[in-house]
Amino acid sequence: MMIETTNYYRWRKFKNRFFQFLLIMAAIAVLTPILLIVQYTFVKGAGSLNLDFFTNLPKPVGEVGGGMRHAILGTLYLVAIGAAIAVPIGIMAGIYLAEFDKKSALSRILSFAIDLLTGVPSIIVGIFAYILLVVPMKSFNAMAGGVALSIIILPIVTRATEEILKLVPDHIREAGLALGIPRWKVIFMIVVPGSFKGIFTGVMLAISRAAGETAPLLFTAFGNMYMSYRIDQPMASLPVQIYNYAISPFEDWQRQAWGGAFVLIIIVLGINLTSRAIINRNELINFFSELKKKLNSKKA
Amino acid sequence: MEQTVTQKSIKNPAPKGPDSFHLGIPFKLQDKINVWVLRTLAFAIITMLATLIVLLFKQSGEAVKEFGLWNFISTDNWNPVEDEFGGLSFLYGTTVSSLLALAIAAPVSVAIALFLNEMLPAWLGKILGLFVEMIAAIPSIVFGLWGIYYLAPFVKNTLTPMLKGSLGFLPLFQGPSFGIGMLTASLILAIMIVPTITSICREVFKTIPGHQKEAALALGATRYEMIKLAILSPSFSGIMGGVVLGFGRALGETMAVAMVIGNSTTISSSLLAPASTMASVIANEYAEADSDLHVAALCLVGIFLFVITLIINFAARSIVWHFNRKHAR
Amino acid sequence: MKHLLIIAASLFIATQASAVTKVNGAGASFPYPIYSKWFSEYKKVKADVEFNYQAIGSGGGIRQLIKQTVDFGASDAPMKEKDMKKAAWPVLHVPTVMGAVSVAFNLDGVKSLKIDGPTLAKVFMGKITKWNDPALVALNKGLKLPSTDILVVRRSDGSGTTSIFSDYLATVSPEFEKEIGRGKALKWPGATVGAKGNDGVTGVVKQTKGAIGYVELAYAIKNGLPTADVKNKNGKYVAPSIKGVSASAATLKDDVYNGDLRISIVDQVGDDVYPISAFTYILLPVTKETTQLKEVKAFLNWALTKGQDMAGDLHYAPLPTKLTEVLLKKIK
Repeated sequence: MMIETTNYYRWRKFKNRFFQFLLIMAAIAVLTPILLIVQYTFVKGAGSLNLDFFTNLPKPVGEVGGGMRHAILGTLYLVAIGAAIAVPIGIMAGIYLAEFDKKSALSRILSFAIDLLTGVPSIIVGIFAYILLVVPMKSFNAMAGGVALSIIILPIVTRATEEILKLVPDHIREAGLALGIPRWKVIFMIVVPGSFKGIFTGVMLAISRAAGETAPLLFTAFGNMYMSYRIDQPMASLPVQIYNYAISPFEDWQRQAWGGAFVLIIIVLGINLTSRAIINRNELINFFSELKKKLNSKKA
Repeated sequence: MEQTVTQKSIKNPAPKGPDSFHLGIPFKLQDKINVWVLRTLAFAIITMLATLIVLLFKQSGEAVKEFGLWNFISTDNWNPVEDEFGGLSFLYGTTVSSLLALAIAAPVSVAIALFLNEMLPAWLGKILGLFVEMIAAIPSIVFGLWGIYYLAPFVKNTLTPMLKGSLGFLPLFQGPSFGIGMLTASLILAIMIVPTITSICREVFKTIPGHQKEAALALGATRYEMIKLAILSPSFSGIMGGVVLGFGRALGETMAVAMVIGNSTTISSSLLAPASTMASVIANEYAEADSDLHVAALCLVGIFLFVITLIINFAARSIVWHFNRKHAR
Repeated sequence: MKHLLIIAASLFIATQASAVTKVNGAGASFPYPIYSKWFSEYKKVKADVEFNYQAIGSGGGIRQLIKQTVDFGASDAPMKEKDMKKAAWPVLHVPTVMGAVSVAFNLDGVKSLKIDGPTLAKVFMGKITKWNDPALVALNKGLKLPSTDILVVRRSDGSGTTSIFSDYLATVSPEFEKEIGRGKALKWPGATVGAKGNDGVTGVVKQTKGAIGYVELAYAIKNGLPTADVKNKNGKYVAPSIKGVSASAATLKDDVYNGDLRISIVDQVGDDVYPISAFTYILLPVTKETTQLKEVKAFLNWALTKGQDMAGDLHYAPLPTKLTEVLLKKIK
């Protein structure tokens, strides 16, 4: 009897050890490829950068040298267009969902529409912008690219705004109303500015996501060999340029693709991390884990 | 209650002065205007989405007329020369690559969530957790780039001989491997969805009250038994929600997959063979298709992708929602 | 904040008008190396025009031209009557250079390979799957071919290169014609890898041992990939080269150039002929003269005269003189 118990105990202990071992193995299995990706991109990417990369335009096919100035600026430009369209609309829609018409049919349909939009695969957004803007304007153009990105930014901003405003306690609104301030002013001048940091973070997260998108730009902003600022002309972007160079056989272009990937990661993670850092640490830990949870369950 | 406050304020208009927003319009009207502006905006967003869907359907109309919905999705004949299109191989490619990715990523994600939450000291868990979440922010094109130059050769030179040595008898691992194919695409997808599932699992595990864990330990449970009894079983539906959400993300992924899957329209039982997914075929062919029917067929593929992603996303949401409701009680 | 917005807005408006004429073109990746060189050189001659050319594939060039989203298209596959009808105006085919579709491969220790049309067709139909297949061994006596699996790499986008290559294979192999056919995008049997553009195919071949693919000669040479010698109609094995392409064109009679310029020069007769040769075209809408169209024509005038001298360095064959004379008259 005694021996049996000891054996059973040992068996349980063994299971426990084994399980913990499995967990560690899983952690290693996940962290290894992730570390490899980061390492390769940083080492290969940073090693591929030089001044030319930032200041020059591409050389003809197969010639060594040239850079991605047009693509880096193009990405910033396209994201700016996307944000200029989506951020105001997204924040307004978020305010509407959080503050007005809470149970009305319109707000329910809007809420549903936002959910739908989060789920639309980005390639389909590209088709949409192509049909809507490229065909009628008779040219691939930066506007179509910007609109495509705005469709990606919009639902994220709306959800973030809505979730954050819902966290604002009602007594703040009541206090404002009790002072005799009209409702819209209470919301736009007191509630929203009070949650500015949170909304800002949501906006930045959305923008950083859009900056890395390739699929919606393939047949909207298209590509350009030159620097272009015109909204009605094709425009190069970092992700599309990386894609074109990545699948090419030329070693110098592959090098630049890595360089581009490095710059793109720096832009994306840079926006992402700075916006997180803007909120101070305490807020980041408490309040932001709430937001992340909600954003994450809406994402994908 | 808010109503009465607003009404009262009309009788006592705000003091004149530097307040530039007063505009001489009664407060009640101001509020009304504001609400209507917001409603118009809401309506505009809804209209835009409706346009998106209508346009997509309109574009694909020709293909539906020519092949019929069921016929289109049940044949795998994708032949631009003869203008004959069937989307089965893409449906197959998308489903298999996403399911395989899920089969790899789901257990690992749950494990790493447990590892971060339960085994590591809190501060280290937080840092590593942030690190894993950062992966979700890395653009898919970077995954694709890495996939072509490092993962594909790895699959070809290391993984394939290993799999062939142990499981080579299965039809899944027949035929030559060139590194580019379904398996590589699934691996990339798995890496990409790990952060999604992990972060949801971590949140779910955090909702478990500490006293439950303590109770289990106090009864003499080992850590494994505690995790099994007090953490995993109550959060099962929450985990499922995360897993389904990861599935939704894998379905819609375009670039990373298009770069490593090999874009073959033939269905092959071997995971080592090249394949293609719904998203990747659109990315490859949409701007280049020259016949109208080809474009319509691609749009139809897009619609199927759209609908499937929607269903999956809503399934995930409702699972998570039910879980949250159960826990709120 | 307000000032920042104003600055941003005025900057934006200031950049919208520019003195530079922008011309957009898209299409074939087959001539992309020489086009990008030309556009870059032409910019030195004429600084106020920018030609933005995106190598999205010939199918894309034709489709986007019909949709009028580009100012000019480019294709190695001439447009079919069906496509011509879809365009809002007649389309002028202007040949710019000639090139060879080479069969590039990547095999350890093998630097040269001899192959004939029917065998090549079998490889691309998935009927020959090993490098040491008897059919290949018989053609390459004295060459030690390994037992590696063959990976067929082909285009995933609508491609003129595919069109030329399938035109050749269908010409020499009735089997290929019946089962696959000719076209810019084909239904390839078996496990093939599709890659985007000549770039993509070259990239995959270069990356993968045992791979075989068809790419424009310039891509193979610039990447140091070995190419197969293809048996021509006279039974000679000819390596892809400018000479082989020019020999193909030389078989045409001069009066051909006065008619429709959508000419196929695959599988011509002659000892030096490389059988998979083709013209590549710029597609121009015949419509009222826009600024862009005028610039494209000015550019073509330059490309057909001075530009032809650059072709050789980039492994393209210059057009026959007789043809350029006809063309220069046509686009004036």
